[in-house]
Amino acid sequence: MQNQALWSGSRKFQKLKESVVTRILLFCAGVSVLTTVGINLILFLESFWFFKEISVSEFLLSTNWAPLFEPRHFGVIPLVTGTLSVAFGALFVALPMGLGIAVFLSEYASPKLRAVVKPMLEILAGIPSVVYGYFALTTITPFLRSISESVEVFNAASAAIVVGIMVLPTIASICDDTMTAVPKSLREGAFALGAKKFEVVSQVVVPAALSGILASFILAFSRAIGETMAVTLAAGATPQVTLNPFEGIQTMTAYIAQVSMGDTPHGSIEYQSIFAVGLLLFLMTLVMNLMSQYIVKRFARRYE
Amino acid sequence: MSSEYVLETKDLSLSYGDNQVVNNVSVGFKEKAVTALIGPSGCGKSTLLRTFNRMNDFIDVFSHSGEVLFRGKDIYNSPLDVTDFRRNVGMVFQKPNPFSSSIKKNITWGPKINGYQGDFDELVETSLKKASLWNEVKDKLNSSGLDLSGGQQQRLCIARAIAMDPSVILMDEPCSALDPQSTAAIEKLITELQENYTIIIVTHNMQQAARISEDTAFMYEGDLVEVGETSQLFSSPEHKLTQDYIGGRFG
Ligand SMILES: Nc1ncnc2c1ncn2[C@@H]1O[C@H](COP(=O)(O)OP(=O)(O)O)[C@@H](O)[C@H]1O
Ligand SMILES: [Mg+2]
Repeated sequence: MQNQALWSGSRKFQKLKESVVTRILLFCAGVSVLTTVGINLILFLESFWFFKEISVSEFLLSTNWAPLFEPRHFGVIPLVTGTLSVAFGALFVALPMGLGIAVFLSEYASPKLRAVVKPMLEILAGIPSVVYGYFALTTITPFLRSISESVEVFNAASAAIVVGIMVLPTIASICDDTMTAVPKSLREGAFALGAKKFEVVSQVVVPAALSGILASFILAFSRAIGETMAVTLAAGATPQVTLNPFEGIQTMTAYIAQVSMGDTPHGSIEYQSIFAVGLLLFLMTLVMNLMSQYIVKRFARRYE
Repeated sequence: MSSEYVLETKDLSLSYGDNQVVNNVSVGFKEKAVTALIGPSGCGKSTLLRTFNRMNDFIDVFSHSGEVLFRGKDIYNSPLDVTDFRRNVGMVFQKPNPFSSSIKKNITWGPKINGYQGDFDELVETSLKKASLWNEVKDKLNSSGLDLSGGQQQRLCIARAIAMDPSVILMDEPCSALDPQSTAAIEKLITELQENYTIIIVTHNMQQAARISEDTAFMYEGDLVEVGETSQLFSSPEHKLTQDYIGGRFG
Protein backbone atom coordinates (compact mmCIF):
# COMPACT_ATOMS: atom_id res chain seq x y z
CA MET A 1 0.00 0.00 0.00
CA GLN A 2 2.41 2.60 -1.21
CA ASN A 3 -0.39 4.93 -2.25
CA GLN A 4 -2.72 5.26 0.76
CA ALA A 5 -5.23 7.42 -1.09
CA LEU A 6 -6.39 4.51 -3.31
CA TRP A 7 -7.32 2.25 -0.37
CA SER A 8 -10.12 2.74 2.11
CA GLY A 9 -8.94 3.30 5.63
CA SER A 10 -10.27 1.26 8.50
CA ARG A 11 -12.87 -0.97 6.70
CA LYS A 12 -15.25 -0.52 9.65
CA PHE A 13 -18.28 -2.01 7.92
CA GLN A 14 -16.53 -5.25 6.99
CA LYS A 15 -15.29 -5.68 10.51
CA LEU A 16 -18.79 -5.18 11.87
CA LYS A 17 -20.19 -7.65 9.35
CA GLU A 18 -17.61 -10.25 10.39
CA SER A 19 -18.50 -10.01 14.05
CA VAL A 20 -22.27 -10.11 13.37
CA VAL A 21 -21.94 -13.20 11.18
CA THR A 22 -19.79 -14.93 13.79
CA ARG A 23 -22.40 -14.21 16.46
CA ILE A 24 -25.27 -15.51 14.34
CA LEU A 25 -23.40 -18.73 13.62
CA LEU A 26 -22.55 -19.13 17.30
CA PHE A 27 -26.22 -18.67 18.13
CA CYS A 28 -27.23 -21.43 15.67
CA ALA A 29 -24.73 -23.80 17.21
CA GLY A 30 -25.90 -22.77 20.67
CA VAL A 31 -29.54 -23.57 19.88
CA SER A 32 -28.72 -27.14 18.92
CA VAL A 33 -26.62 -27.67 22.03
CA LEU A 34 -29.25 -26.12 24.29
CA THR A 35 -32.02 -28.24 22.74
CA THR A 36 -30.07 -31.41 23.34
CA VAL A 37 -29.24 -30.44 26.90
CA GLY A 38 -32.83 -29.36 27.54
CA ILE A 39 -34.38 -32.56 26.22
CA ASN A 40 -32.01 -34.70 28.24
CA LEU A 41 -32.61 -32.63 31.35
CA ILE A 42 -36.37 -33.04 31.15
CA LEU A 43 -36.00 -36.72 30.31
CA PHE A 44 -33.85 -37.31 33.38
CA LEU A 45 -35.87 -35.03 35.66
CA GLU A 46 -39.28 -36.55 34.92
CA SER A 47 -37.78 -40.04 35.05
CA PHE A 48 -36.31 -39.14 38.42
CA TRP A 49 -39.82 -38.36 39.76
CA PHE A 50 -41.05 -41.60 38.25
CA PHE A 51 -38.32 -43.65 39.88
CA LYS A 52 -39.09 -42.08 43.25
CA GLU A 53 -42.39 -43.97 43.17
CA ILE A 54 -41.42 -47.06 41.21
CA SER A 55 -38.15 -48.78 41.92
CA VAL A 56 -35.73 -49.23 39.05
CA SER A 57 -35.69 -52.97 39.61
CA GLU A 58 -39.47 -53.24 39.42
CA PHE A 59 -39.41 -51.17 36.24
CA LEU A 60 -36.69 -53.21 34.57
CA LEU A 61 -37.42 -56.69 35.87
CA SER A 62 -41.14 -57.27 36.14
CA THR A 63 -43.22 -58.37 33.23
CA ASN A 64 -46.54 -56.73 33.87
CA TRP A 65 -47.19 -53.39 32.17
CA ALA A 66 -50.56 -51.94 33.23
CA PRO A 67 -50.00 -48.26 33.82
CA LEU A 68 -53.43 -46.81 33.06
CA PHE A 69 -55.79 -48.65 35.38
CA GLU A 70 -55.78 -50.04 38.90
CA PRO A 71 -53.93 -51.97 40.13
CA ARG A 72 -51.11 -50.29 38.25
CA HIS A 73 -48.00 -52.17 37.23
CA PHE A 74 -44.87 -50.71 35.70
CA GLY A 75 -42.80 -53.66 34.45
CA VAL A 76 -41.32 -52.44 31.17
CA ILE A 77 -40.28 -55.83 29.83
CA PRO A 78 -43.39 -56.33 27.63
CA LEU A 79 -42.73 -52.99 25.92
CA VAL A 80 -39.05 -53.86 25.43
CA THR A 81 -39.79 -57.30 24.00
CA GLY A 82 -42.49 -55.76 21.81
CA THR A 83 -40.01 -53.21 20.53
CA LEU A 84 -37.27 -55.75 19.99
CA SER A 85 -39.53 -58.24 18.25
CA VAL A 86 -40.65 -55.60 15.77
CA ALA A 87 -37.06 -54.39 15.30
CA PHE A 88 -35.58 -57.86 14.80
CA GLY A 89 -38.49 -58.80 12.56
CA ALA A 90 -37.86 -55.69 10.52
CA LEU A 91 -34.19 -56.57 10.16
CA PHE A 92 -35.14 -60.11 9.20
CA VAL A 93 -37.02 -58.57 6.27
CA ALA A 94 -34.65 -55.72 5.47
CA LEU A 95 -31.17 -57.25 5.84
CA PRO A 96 -31.25 -59.81 3.06
CA MET A 97 -33.28 -57.58 0.79
CA GLY A 98 -31.25 -54.44 1.47
CA LEU A 99 -27.96 -56.23 0.97
CA GLY A 100 -29.34 -57.90 -2.15
CA ILE A 101 -30.44 -54.57 -3.59
CA ALA A 102 -27.03 -53.06 -2.81
CA VAL A 103 -25.14 -55.95 -4.41
CA PHE A 104 -27.35 -55.72 -7.46
CA LEU A 105 -26.99 -51.97 -7.77
CA SER A 106 -23.26 -51.77 -7.22
CA GLU A 107 -22.15 -54.93 -9.03
CA TYR A 108 -24.72 -56.07 -11.56
CA ALA A 109 -26.97 -53.20 -12.66
CA SER A 110 -26.12 -51.20 -15.74
CA PRO A 111 -25.55 -47.49 -15.12
CA LYS A 112 -28.93 -46.79 -16.76
CA LEU A 113 -30.87 -49.14 -14.51
CA ARG A 114 -28.98 -47.84 -11.51
CA ALA A 115 -30.00 -44.30 -12.41
CA VAL A 116 -33.63 -45.41 -12.22
CA VAL A 117 -33.56 -47.66 -9.15
CA LYS A 118 -31.53 -45.44 -6.83
CA PRO A 119 -33.97 -42.49 -6.92
CA MET A 120 -36.85 -44.92 -6.36
CA LEU A 121 -35.17 -46.06 -3.15
CA GLU A 122 -34.91 -42.47 -2.05
CA ILE A 123 -38.61 -41.97 -2.71
CA LEU A 124 -39.28 -44.99 -0.52
CA ALA A 125 -37.33 -43.24 2.22
CA GLY A 126 -39.38 -40.08 1.80
CA ILE A 127 -42.84 -41.58 2.33
CA PRO A 128 -44.36 -40.36 5.63
CA SER A 129 -44.51 -43.09 8.23
CA VAL A 130 -48.25 -42.67 8.80
CA VAL A 131 -48.72 -43.79 5.19
CA TYR A 132 -46.68 -46.88 5.95
CA GLY A 133 -48.85 -47.49 8.98
CA TYR A 134 -52.04 -47.50 6.95
CA PHE A 135 -50.35 -49.56 4.28
CA ALA A 136 -49.70 -52.16 6.98
CA LEU A 137 -53.27 -52.00 8.27
CA THR A 138 -55.02 -52.04 4.92
CA THR A 139 -52.72 -54.26 2.86
CA ILE A 140 -50.19 -56.29 4.82
CA THR A 141 -52.49 -57.32 7.68
CA PRO A 142 -55.38 -58.38 5.41
CA PHE A 143 -52.85 -60.36 3.37
CA LEU A 144 -51.52 -62.12 6.48
CA ARG A 145 -55.08 -62.78 7.64
CA SER A 146 -55.96 -64.28 4.29
CA ILE A 147 -53.21 -66.82 4.86
CA SER A 148 -54.26 -67.74 8.37
CA GLU A 149 -57.36 -66.79 10.33
CA SER A 150 -55.48 -66.86 13.60
CA VAL A 151 -53.69 -63.63 12.71
CA GLU A 152 -55.03 -60.80 14.84
CA VAL A 153 -56.06 -57.41 13.40
CA PHE A 154 -53.19 -55.78 15.24
CA ASN A 155 -50.07 -57.89 15.12
CA ALA A 156 -46.30 -57.66 15.43
CA ALA A 157 -45.56 -59.35 12.10
CA SER A 158 -47.36 -56.73 10.07
CA ALA A 159 -45.53 -53.96 11.92
CA ALA A 160 -42.20 -55.73 11.46
CA ILE A 161 -42.73 -56.12 7.73
CA VAL A 162 -43.67 -52.50 7.24
CA VAL A 163 -40.80 -51.21 9.38
CA GLY A 164 -38.53 -53.52 7.38
CA ILE A 165 -39.67 -51.80 4.20
CA MET A 166 -39.11 -48.44 5.85
CA VAL A 167 -35.48 -49.13 6.79
CA LEU A 168 -34.72 -50.89 3.50
CA PRO A 169 -33.48 -47.69 1.79
CA THR A 170 -31.09 -46.99 4.68
CA ILE A 171 -29.47 -50.40 4.39
CA ALA A 172 -29.49 -50.57 0.60
CA SER A 173 -28.12 -47.11 0.10
CA ILE A 174 -25.31 -47.27 2.70
CA CYS A 175 -24.26 -50.76 1.58
CA ASP A 176 -24.35 -49.66 -2.05
CA ASP A 177 -22.16 -46.65 -1.26
CA THR A 178 -19.55 -48.64 0.65
CA MET A 179 -19.45 -51.39 -1.95
CA THR A 180 -19.13 -48.92 -4.81
CA ALA A 181 -16.23 -47.38 -2.89
CA VAL A 182 -14.29 -50.69 -2.89
CA PRO A 183 -11.42 -49.99 -5.31
CA LYS A 184 -11.62 -51.42 -8.80
CA SER A 185 -8.09 -52.75 -8.46
CA LEU A 186 -9.22 -55.15 -5.74
CA ARG A 187 -11.89 -56.65 -7.98
CA GLU A 188 -9.44 -56.91 -10.86
CA GLY A 189 -6.95 -58.68 -8.62
CA ALA A 190 -9.61 -61.25 -7.86
CA PHE A 191 -10.76 -61.69 -11.45
CA ALA A 192 -7.14 -62.12 -12.53
CA LEU A 193 -7.01 -65.20 -10.29
CA GLY A 194 -9.76 -66.84 -12.30
CA ALA A 195 -12.58 -65.91 -9.95
CA LYS A 196 -16.17 -65.80 -11.12
CA LYS A 197 -18.33 -62.75 -10.63
CA PHE A 198 -20.28 -63.92 -7.61
CA GLU A 199 -17.10 -65.22 -5.96
CA VAL A 200 -15.58 -61.79 -6.32
CA VAL A 201 -18.70 -60.06 -5.03
CA SER A 202 -19.33 -62.32 -2.05
CA GLN A 203 -15.75 -63.10 -1.03
CA VAL A 204 -13.87 -59.93 -1.89
CA VAL A 205 -16.19 -56.96 -2.28
CA VAL A 206 -18.56 -57.67 0.63
CA PRO A 207 -15.75 -58.38 3.14
CA ALA A 208 -13.95 -55.22 2.01
CA ALA A 209 -17.13 -53.23 2.62
CA LEU A 210 -17.93 -55.01 5.88
CA SER A 211 -17.61 -52.01 8.18
CA GLY A 212 -20.15 -49.99 6.21
CA ILE A 213 -22.48 -52.96 5.90
CA LEU A 214 -22.48 -53.67 9.65
CA ALA A 215 -22.90 -49.99 10.43
CA SER A 216 -25.93 -49.83 8.14
CA PHE A 217 -27.47 -52.83 9.95
CA ILE A 218 -27.09 -51.18 13.32
CA LEU A 219 -28.34 -47.85 12.06
CA ALA A 220 -31.37 -49.61 10.59
CA PHE A 221 -31.92 -51.42 13.87
CA SER A 222 -31.83 -48.25 15.90
CA ARG A 223 -34.23 -46.60 13.46
CA ALA A 224 -36.54 -49.59 13.74
CA ILE A 225 -36.48 -49.27 17.53
CA GLY A 226 -37.39 -45.59 17.31
CA GLU A 227 -40.09 -45.90 14.69
CA THR A 228 -43.44 -44.83 16.17
CA MET A 229 -46.31 -44.08 13.83
CA ALA A 230 -46.33 -47.23 11.73
CA VAL A 231 -45.94 -49.56 14.70
CA THR A 232 -48.62 -47.76 16.69
CA LEU A 233 -51.05 -48.28 13.84
CA ALA A 234 -50.07 -51.82 12.92
CA ALA A 235 -49.02 -53.57 16.11
CA GLY A 236 -51.73 -52.33 18.45
CA ALA A 237 -51.65 -51.52 22.16
CA THR A 238 -51.48 -54.82 23.98
CA PRO A 239 -48.39 -54.86 26.17
CA GLN A 240 -47.54 -58.53 26.46
CA VAL A 241 -44.57 -60.82 26.20
CA THR A 242 -45.24 -63.25 23.38
CA LEU A 243 -43.31 -65.26 20.85
CA ASN A 244 -46.26 -65.34 18.48
CA PRO A 245 -45.70 -62.62 15.86
CA PHE A 246 -49.34 -62.76 14.86
CA GLU A 247 -50.60 -61.40 18.17
CA GLY A 248 -50.89 -57.75 19.08
CA ILE A 249 -48.12 -56.19 21.15
CA GLN A 250 -47.15 -52.72 22.23
CA THR A 251 -43.79 -51.12 21.58
CA MET A 252 -42.10 -48.51 23.73
CA THR A 253 -42.72 -45.78 21.18
CA ALA A 254 -46.34 -46.81 20.71
CA TYR A 255 -46.91 -46.53 24.47
CA ILE A 256 -45.38 -43.06 24.53
CA ALA A 257 -47.60 -42.01 21.62
CA GLN A 258 -50.68 -43.47 23.27
CA VAL A 259 -50.16 -41.60 26.54
CA SER A 260 -49.13 -38.36 24.86
CA MET A 261 -52.26 -38.30 22.74
CA GLY A 262 -54.59 -39.09 25.63
CA ASP A 263 -55.62 -36.64 28.36
CA THR A 264 -53.20 -37.82 31.00
CA PRO A 265 -52.68 -35.07 33.59
CA HIS A 266 -49.17 -33.64 33.93
CA GLY A 267 -47.37 -34.78 37.02
CA SER A 268 -49.27 -38.06 37.28
CA ILE A 269 -47.35 -41.28 37.48
CA GLU A 270 -48.48 -42.48 34.06
CA TYR A 271 -47.38 -39.15 32.59
CA GLN A 272 -43.96 -39.56 34.18
CA SER A 273 -43.76 -43.16 33.01
CA ILE A 274 -43.46 -42.08 29.38
CA PHE A 275 -40.26 -40.25 30.29
CA ALA A 276 -38.87 -43.33 31.98
CA VAL A 277 -39.68 -45.38 28.88
CA GLY A 278 -38.25 -42.61 26.70
CA LEU A 279 -35.06 -42.58 28.75
CA LEU A 280 -34.63 -46.32 28.34
CA LEU A 281 -35.26 -46.00 24.60
CA PHE A 282 -32.71 -43.21 24.41
CA LEU A 283 -30.10 -45.33 26.18
CA MET A 284 -30.81 -48.26 23.84
CA THR A 285 -30.30 -46.19 20.69
CA LEU A 286 -27.27 -44.50 22.23
CA VAL A 287 -25.64 -47.88 22.80
CA MET A 288 -26.52 -48.88 19.22
CA ASN A 289 -24.92 -45.77 17.80
CA LEU A 290 -21.79 -46.19 19.90
CA MET A 291 -21.58 -49.80 18.74
CA SER A 292 -21.86 -48.79 15.12
CA GLN A 293 -19.10 -46.21 15.55
CA TYR A 294 -16.90 -48.81 17.18
CA ILE A 295 -17.56 -51.32 14.42
CA VAL A 296 -16.80 -48.82 11.69
CA LYS A 297 -13.47 -48.10 13.38
CA ARG A 298 -12.69 -51.71 14.16
CA PHE A 299 -13.43 -53.13 10.73
CA ALA A 300 -12.48 -50.20 8.57
CA ARG A 301 -9.78 -51.27 6.13
CA ARG A 302 -7.12 -48.97 4.91
CA TYR A 303 -7.78 -48.73 1.21
CA GLU A 304 -6.70 -45.50 -0.39
CA MET B 1 0.48 -76.15 -34.15
CA SER B 2 4.01 -75.51 -33.07
CA SER B 3 5.32 -72.07 -32.41
CA GLU B 4 8.16 -70.84 -30.29
CA TYR B 5 5.70 -68.42 -28.73
CA VAL B 6 3.43 -69.07 -25.76
CA LEU B 7 1.44 -65.99 -26.50
CA GLU B 8 1.14 -64.26 -29.79
CA THR B 9 -0.95 -61.52 -31.38
CA LYS B 10 -1.83 -61.27 -35.04
CA ASP B 11 -2.92 -57.98 -36.56
CA LEU B 12 -4.39 -56.99 -33.24
CA SER B 13 -6.19 -53.65 -33.04
CA LEU B 14 -7.82 -52.44 -29.85
CA SER B 15 -10.34 -49.66 -29.39
CA TYR B 16 -12.28 -47.84 -26.71
CA GLY B 17 -15.44 -46.83 -28.56
CA ASP B 18 -14.34 -45.07 -31.73
CA ASN B 19 -10.90 -44.41 -30.34
CA GLN B 20 -8.44 -47.02 -31.64
CA VAL B 21 -5.48 -47.08 -29.27
CA VAL B 22 -3.53 -50.13 -30.52
CA ASN B 23 -2.99 -50.56 -34.23
CA ASN B 24 -2.37 -53.85 -36.05
CA VAL B 25 0.12 -55.25 -33.61
CA SER B 26 1.69 -58.62 -34.37
CA VAL B 27 4.08 -59.76 -31.70
CA GLY B 28 5.10 -63.00 -30.01
CA PHE B 29 6.27 -63.77 -26.49
CA LYS B 30 8.87 -66.50 -25.94
CA GLU B 31 8.38 -69.21 -23.38
CA LYS B 32 10.25 -68.76 -20.10
CA ALA B 33 11.66 -65.38 -20.96
CA VAL B 34 11.05 -61.81 -19.87
CA THR B 35 9.69 -59.48 -22.51
CA ALA B 36 9.52 -55.78 -21.72
CA LEU B 37 6.87 -53.48 -23.21
CA ILE B 38 8.14 -49.94 -23.33
CA GLY B 39 6.89 -46.67 -24.77
CA PRO B 40 5.67 -43.26 -23.73
CA SER B 41 2.67 -42.90 -21.45
CA GLY B 42 -0.65 -43.41 -23.23
CA CYS B 43 0.80 -45.41 -26.14
CA GLY B 44 -1.37 -48.44 -25.37
CA LYS B 45 0.94 -50.70 -23.34
CA SER B 46 -1.55 -51.42 -20.58
CA THR B 47 -4.40 -51.87 -23.02
CA LEU B 48 -2.36 -54.44 -24.95
CA LEU B 49 -1.24 -56.22 -21.79
CA ARG B 50 -4.78 -56.45 -20.47
CA THR B 51 -5.99 -58.30 -23.56
CA PHE B 52 -3.72 -61.21 -22.62
CA ASN B 53 -5.95 -62.19 -19.72
CA ARG B 54 -9.06 -60.53 -21.09
CA MET B 55 -9.18 -57.95 -18.31
CA ASN B 56 -10.56 -55.48 -20.84
CA ASP B 57 -13.79 -57.50 -20.89
CA PHE B 58 -14.96 -55.35 -17.98
CA ILE B 59 -14.85 -52.17 -20.04
CA ASP B 60 -18.09 -51.85 -21.98
CA VAL B 61 -16.74 -49.74 -24.82
CA PHE B 62 -13.69 -51.94 -25.42
CA SER B 63 -13.50 -53.84 -28.69
CA HIS B 64 -10.82 -55.68 -30.64
CA SER B 65 -10.04 -57.04 -34.07
CA GLY B 66 -7.36 -59.54 -34.96
CA GLU B 67 -6.21 -62.51 -32.91
CA VAL B 68 -4.65 -63.24 -29.53
CA LEU B 69 -3.24 -66.75 -29.52
CA PHE B 70 -2.42 -68.63 -26.34
CA ARG B 71 -0.54 -71.79 -27.27
CA GLY B 72 -2.04 -71.48 -30.72
CA LYS B 73 -5.66 -70.98 -29.62
CA ASP B 74 -7.45 -67.69 -30.12
CA ILE B 75 -8.56 -66.67 -26.63
CA TYR B 76 -11.21 -64.35 -27.99
CA ASN B 77 -12.81 -66.56 -30.58
CA SER B 78 -12.45 -70.18 -29.56
CA PRO B 79 -15.11 -71.52 -27.24
CA LEU B 80 -13.40 -71.04 -23.90
CA ASP B 81 -14.43 -70.17 -20.40
CA VAL B 82 -12.76 -66.87 -19.59
CA THR B 83 -12.47 -67.56 -15.88
CA ASP B 84 -10.89 -70.95 -16.55
CA PHE B 85 -8.53 -69.39 -19.05
CA ARG B 86 -7.38 -66.75 -16.58
CA ARG B 87 -5.80 -69.46 -14.42
CA ASN B 88 -3.07 -69.73 -17.05
CA VAL B 89 -2.20 -66.08 -16.97
CA GLY B 90 -1.38 -64.35 -13.71
CA MET B 91 -1.37 -60.60 -13.34
CA VAL B 92 0.48 -58.16 -11.11
CA PHE B 93 -0.86 -54.64 -11.05
CA GLN B 94 0.63 -51.19 -10.89
CA LYS B 95 -0.43 -50.61 -7.31
CA PRO B 96 -0.18 -53.56 -4.91
CA ASN B 97 -3.73 -54.82 -4.35
CA PRO B 98 -3.68 -57.57 -1.72
CA PHE B 99 -6.99 -58.67 -0.22
CA SER B 100 -7.76 -57.39 3.26
CA SER B 101 -7.65 -60.96 4.60
CA SER B 102 -4.61 -62.73 6.03
CA ILE B 103 -1.37 -63.29 4.13
CA LYS B 104 -2.18 -66.98 4.01
CA LYS B 105 -5.66 -66.44 2.61
CA ASN B 106 -4.29 -64.05 0.02
CA ILE B 107 -2.33 -67.00 -1.36
CA THR B 108 -4.92 -69.74 -0.95
CA TRP B 109 -8.01 -67.90 -2.18
CA GLY B 110 -7.32 -68.26 -5.90
CA PRO B 111 -6.37 -71.94 -5.76
CA LYS B 112 -9.31 -72.69 -3.46
CA ILE B 113 -11.99 -71.26 -5.72
CA ASN B 114 -10.34 -72.97 -8.68
CA GLY B 115 -10.53 -76.37 -7.04
CA TYR B 116 -6.89 -76.94 -6.05
CA GLN B 117 -6.55 -80.42 -4.55
CA GLY B 118 -3.07 -80.26 -3.02
CA ASP B 119 -1.83 -79.27 0.40
CA PHE B 120 -2.56 -75.62 1.08
CA ASP B 121 0.10 -75.03 3.77
CA GLU B 122 2.72 -76.35 1.41
CA LEU B 123 1.37 -74.16 -1.38
CA VAL B 124 1.58 -71.09 0.85
CA GLU B 125 5.17 -71.86 1.76
CA THR B 126 6.42 -72.60 -1.76
CA SER B 127 4.62 -69.63 -3.28
CA LEU B 128 5.99 -67.23 -0.69
CA LYS B 129 9.47 -68.73 -1.08
CA LYS B 130 9.34 -68.29 -4.84
CA ALA B 131 8.31 -64.68 -4.29
CA SER B 132 11.21 -64.19 -1.82
CA LEU B 133 8.80 -63.21 0.89
CA TRP B 134 8.75 -66.32 3.07
CA ASN B 135 11.48 -65.32 5.51
CA GLU B 136 9.86 -61.98 6.21
CA VAL B 137 6.34 -63.26 6.84
CA LYS B 138 6.61 -66.87 7.96
CA ASP B 139 5.82 -65.91 11.55
CA LYS B 140 2.77 -63.81 10.75
CA LEU B 141 0.90 -65.71 8.09
CA ASN B 142 -2.37 -64.91 9.81
CA SER B 143 -1.95 -61.17 9.91
CA SER B 144 -3.57 -58.98 7.29
CA GLY B 145 -1.92 -58.57 3.90
CA LEU B 146 -2.48 -54.86 4.29
CA ASP B 147 -0.11 -54.71 7.26
CA LEU B 148 2.89 -55.29 4.98
CA SER B 149 5.02 -52.59 3.41
CA GLY B 150 4.37 -51.60 -0.20
CA GLY B 151 7.22 -53.71 -1.55
CA GLN B 152 6.16 -56.70 0.52
CA GLN B 153 2.55 -56.27 -0.62
CA GLN B 154 3.68 -56.37 -4.22
CA ARG B 155 5.69 -59.55 -3.60
CA LEU B 156 2.61 -60.98 -1.89
CA CYS B 157 0.66 -60.22 -5.06
CA ILE B 158 3.34 -61.99 -7.08
CA ALA B 159 3.16 -64.97 -4.70
CA ARG B 160 -0.62 -64.96 -5.09
CA ALA B 161 -0.21 -65.12 -8.88
CA ILE B 162 2.42 -67.88 -8.65
CA ALA B 163 0.20 -69.99 -6.42
CA MET B 164 -2.13 -70.47 -9.39
CA ASP B 165 0.74 -72.11 -11.28
CA PRO B 166 0.25 -69.98 -14.40
CA SER B 167 2.42 -70.21 -17.49
CA VAL B 168 2.38 -66.49 -18.14
CA ILE B 169 2.67 -63.63 -15.65
CA LEU B 170 1.66 -60.15 -16.76
CA MET B 171 3.09 -57.19 -14.87
CA ASP B 172 1.90 -53.65 -15.43
CA GLU B 173 4.56 -51.25 -14.09
CA PRO B 174 4.85 -53.35 -10.92
CA CYS B 175 7.52 -51.11 -9.40
CA SER B 176 6.11 -47.69 -10.16
CA ALA B 177 4.65 -47.30 -6.67
CA LEU B 178 7.74 -48.65 -4.88
CA ASP B 179 10.95 -47.26 -3.42
CA PRO B 180 14.32 -48.12 -5.05
CA GLN B 181 15.11 -50.90 -2.57
CA SER B 182 11.81 -52.71 -3.08
CA THR B 183 12.21 -52.18 -6.82
CA ALA B 184 15.60 -53.88 -6.74
CA ALA B 185 14.10 -56.80 -4.80
CA ILE B 186 11.33 -57.23 -7.36
CA GLU B 187 13.71 -56.98 -10.31
CA LYS B 188 15.87 -59.71 -8.78
CA LEU B 189 12.76 -61.78 -8.25
CA ILE B 190 11.68 -61.35 -11.87
CA THR B 191 14.99 -62.66 -13.18
CA GLU B 192 14.58 -65.70 -10.93
CA LEU B 193 11.01 -66.28 -12.02
CA GLN B 194 11.80 -66.35 -15.73
CA GLU B 195 13.24 -69.84 -15.32
CA ASN B 196 9.72 -71.12 -14.85
CA TYR B 197 7.40 -68.49 -16.24
CA THR B 198 6.85 -66.40 -19.31
CA ILE B 199 6.85 -62.83 -18.10
CA ILE B 200 5.55 -59.77 -19.91
CA ILE B 201 6.33 -56.57 -18.09
CA VAL B 202 5.20 -53.06 -18.91
CA THR B 203 7.65 -50.46 -17.72
CA HIS B 204 8.43 -46.86 -18.41
CA ASN B 205 11.83 -47.31 -16.83
CA MET B 206 14.23 -48.12 -19.67
CA GLN B 207 17.09 -49.07 -17.38
CA GLN B 208 14.77 -51.59 -15.82
CA ALA B 209 13.83 -53.01 -19.21
CA ALA B 210 17.51 -53.24 -20.11
CA ARG B 211 18.39 -54.93 -16.82
CA ILE B 212 15.78 -57.63 -16.65
CA SER B 213 14.39 -58.45 -20.08
CA GLU B 214 15.51 -60.74 -22.84
CA ASP B 215 13.29 -59.15 -25.48
CA THR B 216 11.89 -55.65 -25.68
CA ALA B 217 8.95 -54.28 -27.65
CA PHE B 218 8.74 -50.54 -28.21
CA MET B 219 5.34 -49.00 -28.80
CA TYR B 220 4.50 -45.51 -29.93
CA GLU B 221 1.00 -44.06 -30.31
CA GLY B 222 -0.56 -47.49 -30.63
CA ASP B 223 1.94 -48.84 -33.13
CA LEU B 224 4.47 -51.53 -32.41
CA VAL B 225 7.54 -49.73 -33.71
CA GLU B 226 10.20 -52.28 -33.02
CA VAL B 227 10.63 -55.58 -31.22
CA GLY B 228 13.74 -57.67 -30.71
CA GLU B 229 16.46 -58.80 -28.36
CA THR B 230 16.86 -56.21 -25.63
CA SER B 231 20.62 -55.84 -26.05
CA GLN B 232 20.18 -55.39 -29.78
CA LEU B 233 17.32 -52.92 -29.45
CA PHE B 234 19.13 -50.77 -26.95
CA SER B 235 22.53 -50.78 -28.64
CA SER B 236 21.51 -50.44 -32.26
CA PRO B 237 17.84 -49.66 -32.73
CA GLU B 238 16.56 -49.88 -36.27
CA HIS B 239 14.09 -47.04 -36.08
CA LYS B 240 14.74 -43.38 -35.48
CA LEU B 241 11.77 -43.24 -33.04
CA THR B 242 13.20 -46.03 -30.92
CA GLN B 243 16.54 -44.35 -30.89
CA ASP B 244 15.01 -41.05 -29.80
CA TYR B 245 12.97 -42.71 -27.08
CA ILE B 246 15.75 -44.77 -25.53
CA GLY B 247 18.04 -41.79 -25.96
CA GLY B 248 15.67 -39.91 -23.68
CA ARG B 249 14.67 -37.33 -26.27
CA PHE B 250 10.98 -37.75 -25.36
CA GLY B 251 8.86 -39.86 -23.10
N1 LIG C 1 -11.01 -47.49 -19.84
C1 LIG C 1 -10.67 -46.67 -20.86
N2 LIG C 1 -11.63 -46.05 -21.58
C2 LIG C 1 -11.31 -45.22 -22.60
N3 LIG C 1 -10.06 -44.96 -22.98
C3 LIG C 1 -9.04 -45.54 -22.31
C4 LIG C 1 -9.30 -46.43 -21.21
N4 LIG C 1 -8.12 -46.86 -20.73
C5 LIG C 1 -7.17 -46.27 -21.50
N5 LIG C 1 -7.71 -45.48 -22.44
C6 LIG C 1 -6.98 -44.71 -23.45
O1 LIG C 1 -6.21 -45.58 -24.23
C7 LIG C 1 -4.96 -45.04 -24.52
C8 LIG C 1 -3.87 -46.00 -24.10
O2 LIG C 1 -3.90 -46.14 -22.71
P1 LIG C 1 -2.99 -47.18 -21.93
O3 LIG C 1 -3.09 -48.49 -22.60
O4 LIG C 1 -3.35 -47.11 -20.50
O5 LIG C 1 -1.54 -46.56 -22.17
P2 LIG C 1 -0.17 -46.84 -21.39
O6 LIG C 1 -0.37 -48.00 -20.49
O7 LIG C 1 0.82 -47.10 -22.47
O8 LIG C 1 0.17 -45.59 -20.66
C9 LIG C 1 -4.88 -43.71 -23.80
O9 LIG C 1 -5.12 -42.69 -24.75
C10 LIG C 1 -5.99 -43.76 -22.80
O10 LIG C 1 -6.54 -42.50 -22.63
MG1 LIG D 1 -0.28 -48.09 -18.35
